[in-house]
Amino acid sequence: MIRGPLDSEDPDRLYTVTGGRSRADESVFDMVTLIVSESEPSLGMQSEHVKILRMCRRPMAVVEISSYLGMPVSVVKILLCDLLDTGKITARHPHAARPDNGGLPEPETLKKVLVALQNL
Amino acid sequence: MHSRTSDRADVRAPLRASASDGLKIVVVGGFGVGKTTMVQSVSEIRPLSTEETMTQAGVGIDDASFVQSKTTTTVAFDFGRISLDEQMVLYLFGAPGQERFWFLWDRLFAGTLGAVVLVDTNRLADSWYAIDRLEYHGTPFIVARNNFTEPQHTLEEVRDALDLPSDVPVIDCDARDRDSSKAVLVALARHLYSLSTSSAARETTA
Repeated sequence: MIRGPLDSEDPDRLYTVTGGRSRADESVFDMVTLIVSESEPSLGMQSEHVKILRMCRRPMAVVEISSYLGMPVSVVKILLCDLLDTGKITARHPHAARPDNGGLPEPETLKKVLVALQNL
Repeated sequence: MHSRTSDRADVRAPLRASASDGLKIVVVGGFGVGKTTMVQSVSEIRPLSTEETMTQAGVGIDDASFVQSKTTTTVAFDFGRISLDEQMVLYLFGAPGQERFWFLWDRLFAGTLGAVVLVDTNRLADSWYAIDRLEYHGTPFIVARNNFTEPQHTLEEVRDALDLPSDVPVIDCDARDRDSSKAVLVALARHLYSLSTSSAARETTA
């Protein structure tokens, strides 16, 4: 298991990488939203953005990006907002999960999950 | 339990390009009960860990004297991953059930399919709070007893001790064993499916 350097993370660094912003639009990204790069890193791009674009050539969940970057999930969401706003990434949001009203997913979705787990 | 590397999993094993739908299941339990072990047993990647932080303003936000009461809550959690099919990817989170964790539940675990409460029968009291919170959030769950040693109690005794409703499955498992951990996830998925098809599906409060 990889232990990130979060405990010893210098708060100034997190302040710098986010440009001092403290919150992203929380509703945009779920922890398991899958991020996909839509362009290659360009010159002068912030290093965290470069890392994210390289990481996400294949889909990668927000929480995995957080772990690999060694940054809290909320900080990663702020970085992702920048990239989404400029069209550098696309986001595949969860849609089979429980709806906001707290109900369960459709039975057919859960059946698929059940069968897939049985077949592992 | 921690830091054991797995030959099976590549830390950067990429998802299929077609992966489009992330799902969440949470394994909750006290320290040392085997959450990370269970995640590791079934994950296709070596378990990863990360943190989330939340700053909570204290009461009286207009009063400068209360500035000191602003606190930062940090919660660390482990997770693994199982690709279910071309589109669906299940993320399995191992999370401590301590009080501060639940402050972040809505933010991190809204939309969770369900939870596994992993219990150690010698420390059943560790699970009471987690079960109470899951019920409060309306998250369906099953209880899995991790048997490190020969169990001293029957599963019915566990059910009684935890005061569980009769429809909540209670099963035995060995979190170190892949098939056994897989069976726990299958039991949860079956429970969720049965709830979704039941006309008496309970109304949740989430």
